[in-house]
Amino acid sequence: MSTRPQTGGSSQTYRQHEHNQDTPFLNETSYAGERTQPGLPSGNAKRLAKGLGWFSVGLGLTELLAPRFVARISGVSEERTGLIRLYGLRELASGVAIFSSRNPAGAVWSRVAGDAIDLASLGAAATSPNTNQGRLAFATANVLAVTALDVICARQLSTGNPGIHASGTCIVNREPDEVYNYWRDFQNLPRFMKHLESVEEYADGYSHWVAKGPAGMNVEWDATIVADDPGRVITWRSLENADVDNAGAVRFEAAPGGRGTIVKVNIQYNPPGGVLGKTVARLFGEEPEQQLDDDLRRFKQMLEVGEVVVSDATLFGTGYMDQRPARPADRSELESVEQLPSQMATNYESLDDERARGRMQP
Amino acid sequence: MKANCWYGKTMVRVEEVPDPQILNQRDAIVKISSTAICGSDLHLYNQFIPTMVAGDILGHEFMGEVVEVGREVKNLAVGDRVVVPFPIACGNCFFCKDEMFSLCENSNPNAWMAEKMFGHAAAGIFGYSHLTGGYAGGQAEYARVPFADVGPIKVPSHLTDEQVLFLSDIFPTGWMGAEMCDIKRGDTIAIWGCGPVGQFSIRSAFLLGAERVIAIDQYPERLRMAEQGGAETINFMEQNVYEALMEMTGGRGPDACIDDVGMEAHAPGVINAYDRIKQAMMLETDRPHALREAIMCCRNGGIISVIGVYGGFIDKFPMGSVMNRSLTIRTGQAHVQRYMRPLLQRIENGDIDPSFVVTHRMSLDDAPRAYDMFKNKQDNCIKVVLKPGMNGSNGTSSMSVH
Repeated sequence: MSTRPQTGGSSQTYRQHEHNQDTPFLNETSYAGERTQPGLPSGNAKRLAKGLGWFSVGLGLTELLAPRFVARISGVSEERTGLIRLYGLRELASGVAIFSSRNPAGAVWSRVAGDAIDLASLGAAATSPNTNQGRLAFATANVLAVTALDVICARQLSTGNPGIHASGTCIVNREPDEVYNYWRDFQNLPRFMKHLESVEEYADGYSHWVAKGPAGMNVEWDATIVADDPGRVITWRSLENADVDNAGAVRFEAAPGGRGTIVKVNIQYNPPGGVLGKTVARLFGEEPEQQLDDDLRRFKQMLEVGEVVVSDATLFGTGYMDQRPARPADRSELESVEQLPSQMATNYESLDDERARGRMQP
Repeated sequence: MKANCWYGKTMVRVEEVPDPQILNQRDAIVKISSTAICGSDLHLYNQFIPTMVAGDILGHEFMGEVVEVGREVKNLAVGDRVVVPFPIACGNCFFCKDEMFSLCENSNPNAWMAEKMFGHAAAGIFGYSHLTGGYAGGQAEYARVPFADVGPIKVPSHLTDEQVLFLSDIFPTGWMGAEMCDIKRGDTIAIWGCGPVGQFSIRSAFLLGAERVIAIDQYPERLRMAEQGGAETINFMEQNVYEALMEMTGGRGPDACIDDVGMEAHAPGVINAYDRIKQAMMLETDRPHALREAIMCCRNGGIISVIGVYGGFIDKFPMGSVMNRSLTIRTGQAHVQRYMRPLLQRIENGDIDPSFVVTHRMSLDDAPRAYDMFKNKQDNCIKVVLKPGMNGSNGTSSMSVH
């Protein structure tokens, strides 16, 4: 490991306020157990979106199944049932989109567009002789009210950061200092972070990271340590010239009762658009939280067991699609395993005898 | 090498597979001399445990000779004769340090699957689905044994395979079922299920000081074996279990009840049909008849010890009875590593000879026939030991009834 950043004072945080607006977790030096989701909308906006989703479904079904009734209460001609049915389908589509996406900003914006169509249709109906003007005015007022809600909700949902974020936690049966030291030696990270190829550390907290991409392509970036408080926290982020703008934070807390260390990790990737964006998305897998959980499980194994534990089924990975039958692999399969644990660097040298041998044998 | 592989519901095949190799530095390779079929293997055979993959090698009760050790295994040497515990445990994590080995946090690489199913993952287990790690099992000529510095126990040469083999699972499992009952002098213990684990629970309960043991099953050969172990018996196809137990205990009920049956309980009449239909319709995954009955029969303030395997969700669970009558439920996969040494000592002392439970000895080649026989309780089959070294019978009888 290269030079540890030289800092003074109790909190060794520095370079912190340069450009952390997008990654609020980098600014939190204490971390009291909440699983923050930077880049994701607030709970209120999501709840409002759900409400609007149900409204879409309800109105959509009514328009689809009882178009005459809808025409009557909104004061328009009952001959327009075909158009009202179409609008019902549109409402249903918006509702389904709201419920099926993790950040429903787009779906709520589609409701705003729908509102505009509704208002235009009501405006057109105002000139028709078959229109009940009182009911039409009431219907228009209602649509305007809902439009206001839609706009508020969509704007709130759209202000978040669009990057890929993952947070995870694990508990390691070792002292916080030891757990911190293992992570702080960045060259250890590729031993348990499956997508990392290598991390090389330079002086003054700078480092160079190489990650595996699809089709043998590598993604590289330089990073700098943002905060480093031994035994407590490490945060880092990529520098300007990065292939992939990214940042990470790991916090270490002594578990109650001296039962090891609670480790909490936040990682944020901000993929640029286009081809590289897709590369990054695949790089981190479709389930970034699952990937991070797996990485943390291996981190715990390195510290508690001394190496990454594999079974016959998980030689190629622990994902559902990676599983092979629970039977020994033949030579060619073993050769296609990127790195067998038995050939990898282990952490046994740092495990004392009692831990490494267990205590069952006399 | 040859191994017994799972290919679907009631389909197992003995076939040629690659020999195992050292994958982690705390591994050992064991040449298997004896391996058994467990009652819980029937849950896999009957396809009641999810996440099995065609070609998985079955078996988690085995012993043999160490033929290779990894660099970090310092306590075993090539040539040692060992029994291997079925839970795979690292010895270093919070739960291993607390001797709760079947809850090891590091031995299940597929922990995420178990977390989805159970909320949290338990330890890896040999040959017991991908949910428990996806480790090749021990119904084979060789097995890779992870954490060989923690699990396997060396056994003295004057004891036969059949005397020590069951330290791998059913003796410690039956023992833990009885131990969880907190048996006090004068206690009456009722035991549902007189399969191999139940047989060991009966004998363990007496060794732990029970005054009376009442054993419940439907198969005459199992009830006979229970009686040989000193138990009184109830055949649930002939008698109403609740009424019989109340009559035997003056209406108070047994002090503790052990469920040695698990998820595929059989019951007379309507209850059985109800649970079978719900299980077939996937409205419940397990048929908990024995557990329900054990709860209703147990005395006020008593203990329900659940050591039979459950896999998922049950229905009509009498929680009102548990709560209003101050019952305690204890359960878990056996923490085998905790019990192997003390129970080996009991075998050496002559307190118990576990070989009593073996009814059939067959070649590994005969595994498919053995599963069928065990499932259908043919030929008074209670426990099958498979010998990789024995020649296959090709349908002719090579077994000897004990």
